Amino acid sequence: MKLWRDEFSIETAHERYVARRQFGKFLVLTSFGMFVGNLWILARSYFRKDEVFPRTLVARTTDIPKGGVKLFQYPGAQDPCILFHTQSDRYVAYSQKCTHLSCAVIPAADGKRIECPCHHGFFSIEDGRVLQGPPPRPLPRILLEQQGDELWAFGVDLGNNQATDSGVRG
Amino acid sequence: MSEPRQTARGLTALDGAISLIAILLIVQMWLLTATLEAFLAGHREAAIPGAVLSGLLFAACFGLYRFIEGIDRASGESTLTKPT
Repeated sequence: MKLWRDEFSIETAHERYVARRQFGKFLVLTSFGMFVGNLWILARSYFRKDEVFPRTLVARTTDIPKGGVKLFQYPGAQDPCILFHTQSDRYVAYSQKCTHLSCAVIPAADGKRIECPCHHGFFSIEDGRVLQGPPPRPLPRILLEQQGDELWAFGVDLGNNQATDSGVRG
Repeated sequence: MSEPRQTARGLTALDGAISLIAILLIVQMWLLTATLEAFLAGHREAAIPGAVLSGLLFAACFGLYRFIEGIDRASGESTLTKPT
């Protein structure tokens, strides 16, 4: 027998066989990882306490002219939000994190929409619903209450119920 | 049956099993994405069916993996991976 046969004693077909078997193992391990991911979502869904939102003074109506905006943090210091005084004389506030990839949303140039400059997603300024682009969900809305000239935030609506009017008439 | 022919048959079966696992994996990937999307949107009701279906898909993948092991044993190829 030739020397190279002694040195490389594994046939090509055998080598492929082992490689594919190992690839199969890898795929099954990936499948297990995804199952664990689904279990993690299940655990997060059912073993999480409902969040209690603080009542926070956001702004005074006199501070924001019609068409103006104000940035604030709610419910925590790491949760940027944006408050609008719309052309229809309403105060509405949303989380400033785009629901696509969490870029900071800004008022669009036309003053009627909210824009995510990263991937050109657009949201309605009136209710936060997606108008255009890649965002999969509406912007979470900050629930507002007006007391005199003070605007208070008291909760966050993730946008499941579009009928809810969380804004405040100016 | 001669060894090369047996190996070729084993390889065909292995390819079939891996293809099925890959298809199941794609479905499982979509399922995880959809469940995560629903969770982030505040819909908790999708979590249980998502986890159950994902478990079933994993069980199917694992079953196919056992099938591969069965082929392995039948064709006697397992000795290839062991040091002699």
